[in-house]
Amino acid sequence: MAEEFYLRQAYGETLVELGGENPDVVVLDADLSRSTRTRLFADKFPERFFNCGIAEQNMVSIAAGLASSGKIPFASTFAVFVPGRCFDQIRMSIAQPRLNVKLVVGHGGISVGEDGTSHQSIEDLALIGSLPGFTVIVPADAIETAQAVRAVAAYLGPCYIRLCRPKAPLVYDQSYRFKLGKAVEMRQGGDATIIAIGLMVKAALEAAESLKGEGIDCRVLNMSTLKPIDEAAIIQAAAETGAIVTAEEHLEHGGLGSAVARVVARHKPVPMEFIALKDTYAKSGKPAELFERYGLTAKDIERAVRSAIKRK
Amino acid sequence: MSLPEKRNPSSTSAQSVKAEVFSSSASVAEMEAIAKRLRRHIVTMTGKAGSGHPGGSLSAVEILIALYFKVLKHKPQDPHWPDRDRFILSKGHAAPALYATLAECGYFAEEELLTLRQMDSCLQGHTDCTVTPGVEMSAGALGQGLSFAIGVALAGRLNAKDYRVYALLGDGECDEGQVWEAAMAAAHFKVDKLVAIVDNNGQQIDGWNRDVMSLDPFPAKWQAFGWQVIEADGHSIPQLTQALDKVRKIKGQPAVIIAHTIKGKGVSFMENNPHFHGTAPTTDEVKLALKELE
Repeated sequence: MAEEFYLRQAYGETLVELGGENPDVVVLDADLSRSTRTRLFADKFPERFFNCGIAEQNMVSIAAGLASSGKIPFASTFAVFVPGRCFDQIRMSIAQPRLNVKLVVGHGGISVGEDGTSHQSIEDLALIGSLPGFTVIVPADAIETAQAVRAVAAYLGPCYIRLCRPKAPLVYDQSYRFKLGKAVEMRQGGDATIIAIGLMVKAALEAAESLKGEGIDCRVLNMSTLKPIDEAAIIQAAAETGAIVTAEEHLEHGGLGSAVARVVARHKPVPMEFIALKDTYAKSGKPAELFERYGLTAKDIERAVRSAIKRK
Repeated sequence: MSLPEKRNPSSTSAQSVKAEVFSSSASVAEMEAIAKRLRRHIVTMTGKAGSGHPGGSLSAVEILIALYFKVLKHKPQDPHWPDRDRFILSKGHAAPALYATLAECGYFAEEELLTLRQMDSCLQGHTDCTVTPGVEMSAGALGQGLSFAIGVALAGRLNAKDYRVYALLGDGECDEGQVWEAAMAAAHFKVDKLVAIVDNNGQQIDGWNRDVMSLDPFPAKWQAFGWQVIEADGHSIPQLTQALDKVRKIKGQPAVIIAHTIKGKGVSFMENNPHFHGTAPTTDEVKLALKELE
């Protein structure tokens, strides 16, 4: 069994490293610094940390002002409040002028669990992905998180990184090198491709392993950079495997599945299936129970792969 | 007409060395003459565009002149000069007033003003910092400028810069909850190089503030949020410069100048007439207005 780590812990620790390396790195939070782990940065660099209280819109616009003056602000809270609560502020203060703000949010998706609907962010990727010029990243494990945080710090422009609340099993080792905008082939295969993000990458790998027993050979891609999406990897997967299943902890509308489908429809139409929430809110429950109820397990992915292959 | 180069807000321009800091020896009477000229520009440009927001532009004219001619350290030939004082127009619909002021200072040619709101103009309907030299923030969605200004001021503090940040808000804009989030934060972070100026013309689109959404007691609200409050006649350049001098001496807390103004100021049929909040004058109305502004 793979070791499990908190992505947000990796985020907080990387922020501390970046803070030591670059005096322009500043951090903002909205009264959730212990959950988001920005507290680690706050303890080390208190003069460069701004707790904005429970006022996310203000936090986002302050971050924009800091960025317009040459700072590299990382602003954090839960995914459900950014971009949901601050959409207009992100749109006008950050996206339109393409300011160098990094929104790194925790508690994405339904794996938030028992806190229920109000805290389960299932629309955030659609919202943030709709904004021109935004880079959107959903890391799969702690190792990828640390590297993605470093990558966005080095990149000039608005970025969004979505992390999950629970510990995530490692899918990489320390030799992994994250590349912005590049899909990672986690497993080779020629019968179908599973494209996944976040916690669903591990589920996709489990599904592929299980399908191998049936003689189905699945390619697995981690599409951690959701935007700009790696079109070449998708087109290649469509051409070489002839069927695609996407898997995400998000609504079917406007997330990974939609982004992949746009590429597939335009360049290489093949049968697709979508593992995602189907136009519904989830409820309180343990993450595993919720994944089962809303069809986000490895078994669901397996069924989707069989169905997509049948339609070839 | 060509678009200015895309801005890189963090870059240091090579022009910094040779560009001069703007200074004006204009007397009060001369500034009043400039005010009249800016009003003519506002009426003419919105009239030509056929749309826009003359009312809240005309009310802000003296505030902009006091700032740009007497208070701000700025270099029109080098809008990105790192040591410049920053002016943040939060009430982005007053763009025509800001554009006229920037042209008057030499940020761009006066002829550009007549391209307002046209395709490919560097003067967008609401302020767009990616295309207009001298515009610090893209605005038009109300309520965001004071927060943005806090960020700019905090960056100045971290970078040990002396620049000051001035944010112009509408009174109607203060209906937005974010303004009060920012008011709370500015006092909490003790951002004393931040000055908010409220163009307190008493009206918003649907009528008088007191009928749409009362802000009273307005000065007391700011005080309660931890701000120093100074009230001034927003059409008196001496009163405004005096107030702006006074706030420079305040340490440890932000300051707000509540500038009492008249919407549509300077054109009799536009004054206190909410119709001209977001409606441009017709050709005949432009003629009448220009006659009054001779």
